[in-house]
Amino acid sequence: MRFGPLLVTFVTGALLVAFFFVPHHAAQEAQSVMLDWANVVYAFALVLGSVSLWTAHQKKVTTRAPGWIYSVVTLASLAFVTIWGCVQGVEEGTAVNAFYNTVNAPLASTMFALLAFFIASAAFRAFRARNAEATLLLVTAIVMMIGRVSIGEYLWPGFPKVTEWLLDVPNLAAKRAVAIGVGLGAISTALKIILGIDRSYLGRS
Amino acid sequence: MNGPRQSIWTRLLRLDRRIIFVLIALATAIPLLRPVNLPIAVSPRVRAAYDTVDKLPRGSYVLMSLDYEPDIMAELQPMAKAVLRHCFRKGLKPVVLTLYPAAPGLIEEALRVSATAEGKKRNVDYVFLGYKSGSQSVILGLGESIRTMFPTDFWGTPLNQIPMMKGHNSFADFPLVINLSGSSIADYYVRIAATRYRRPMILGSTAVMTADYYPYLSAGQILGLIGGMKGAAEYERLMDLFGDARRGMDAQSLVHVVIVVLVILGNLALFSSGGLRRS
Amino acid sequence: MNPVTQNWIAAFLTLCVFSFLYRDNPFYRFAEHLFVGAAAGYLLAVQYQNVIKPNVIGEMNQGNMLPLVPLALGIILLGRLWPRTSGIARWSLAFYVGIYSGIAIPSYLQAQIFAQLADQVKPFAPGWGAVNSALILIGFITVLSYFFFSAAHRGLHGLSARIGIWFLMVAFGASFGYTVMARVSLLIARMQFLLRDWLHLLPPA
Repeated sequence: MRFGPLLVTFVTGALLVAFFFVPHHAAQEAQSVMLDWANVVYAFALVLGSVSLWTAHQKKVTTRAPGWIYSVVTLASLAFVTIWGCVQGVEEGTAVNAFYNTVNAPLASTMFALLAFFIASAAFRAFRARNAEATLLLVTAIVMMIGRVSIGEYLWPGFPKVTEWLLDVPNLAAKRAVAIGVGLGAISTALKIILGIDRSYLGRS
Repeated sequence: MNGPRQSIWTRLLRLDRRIIFVLIALATAIPLLRPVNLPIAVSPRVRAAYDTVDKLPRGSYVLMSLDYEPDIMAELQPMAKAVLRHCFRKGLKPVVLTLYPAAPGLIEEALRVSATAEGKKRNVDYVFLGYKSGSQSVILGLGESIRTMFPTDFWGTPLNQIPMMKGHNSFADFPLVINLSGSSIADYYVRIAATRYRRPMILGSTAVMTADYYPYLSAGQILGLIGGMKGAAEYERLMDLFGDARRGMDAQSLVHVVIVVLVILGNLALFSSGGLRRS
Repeated sequence: MNPVTQNWIAAFLTLCVFSFLYRDNPFYRFAEHLFVGAAAGYLLAVQYQNVIKPNVIGEMNQGNMLPLVPLALGIILLGRLWPRTSGIARWSLAFYVGIYSGIAIPSYLQAQIFAQLADQVKPFAPGWGAVNSALILIGFITVLSYFFFSAAHRGLHGLSARIGIWFLMVAFGASFGYTVMARVSLLIARMQFLLRDWLHLLPPA
């Protein structure tokens, strides 16, 4: 039951690698078609996720689980935005676009803004100079926090230069090594998937 | 260490976090209500981005991908407006697109405001292609044919009917690619536009991502880097504009100072109360 | 919708989210559940309008039956919703994973490994710049050695890994400083919205 899917992965993966080296128009056209197909599959993956979300909240409502009333809110907003968005569209001037600007946008940005408070509280409680390494991290963070904003230059004109050096030298060295490590990891994982050595994405049989 | 002092430090360690929240809220609100407009130093990376745009000959085409949604627009929308105004002021012709579904409304506003301020017209001085789903695959497609990826502009006009788009159909036709992004789309642009298609590129990112892109700067894969709201404020300063980013910089400074003081106090309290030995 | 009404709704939702700072409460839970449903619904609607409609329905209306392939792959992906049909969904997963594995290999290799290594082996900068070049080289090698777990971190390798940790700590400190900056920026924007667009306490932009 797994041979077929493994063959599909091998063929699609190998083709996409080959297309990189073949600048011919036909190869690029074929690549474009395959990528379009992948987008369609991705859209269905989102349907799958939304159906799971719907099922989970519907279950809470039908069993009157604690907080079920909030699940009604989720179900109603999911149904409204999906149906209205599919029927009427999501462009400027549509109901869903107005809903997005009024509801989604402030909620999303405030959720992230909330983190400013928690990061401050966490820094006060947990950001400790417990040993040499932690002290190095703490001192760098403090220098960056002060040196990258206007008050830093106001306090000491050398602050921006120090922060630039930190970014240009030690940060660059570490981030480059991490980038190469991530690159090697990604390539080896991709190779293992294409060659059928890593089959975890297919789930248990 | 004497008793009463120890109890002060210990009490400090048990400070209700809501007091910290109030401090942060005040440190944000007060400078917005009573700004002092502290000077803003321009970093070499933002200067490099500015110079790259500035040195392009008049009439050059710039491909701009503005990839952000309202959740991070605080950092990237002022940046987009400043860069767009720079392009317009220099007589460059931006071809703008987005790979984020909720971005078109924001970008349309940024384009409208910037074009009006610099006296530029749609489809004459700039083109807005709108949104296309598929991020990585779209960027790969842009290397071959913009018209295949975006048959029409944002308002439904076929690209072949827009005179400005004549002769411009892939990365190769653009002397500069600009990506303002708050996600891995920035990586895709570096890998595909800057590295595979060898296009000169500048990147604007959220502050969270900024430190990660220094290796690409060093390797010349990107020519300039505008990091977060501070980067946007620096660009506004270079452009002699006073936008939302510059207006927010006093608050940014004060909140940073509050957090640094909290970190120092937290450490002093831990050392003074002997908590470090216990832990 | 009237912009004033829009502002009031957005301000109400913003305050609902901020109310979590005091403690968990029904207003926050309402906003949170509303956001989950609306965000999922919006994504679905956008995918329908931008992928399914033009790439599948539009193409098929013009007589191109090729999109039946990704459509079939998408539909069988929904098989994961039921245990009896979940096996068939592997074909779609195999296709999708194969595509992106194929793309990853050459692009990581070119942009993240070759380009970074090429920059790393460039001659040292002249004058005092050579010190920075040397530091970058030392940082790069020592961080890589820290991530090399196939040999125990002892002796010279241990020393190198320890120096690598110092470089990593500086890089993490720089990232932390920037993360604080990002979260604070988002809070500033929300505050600007509340004080300017809602309460009109600040001059218009």
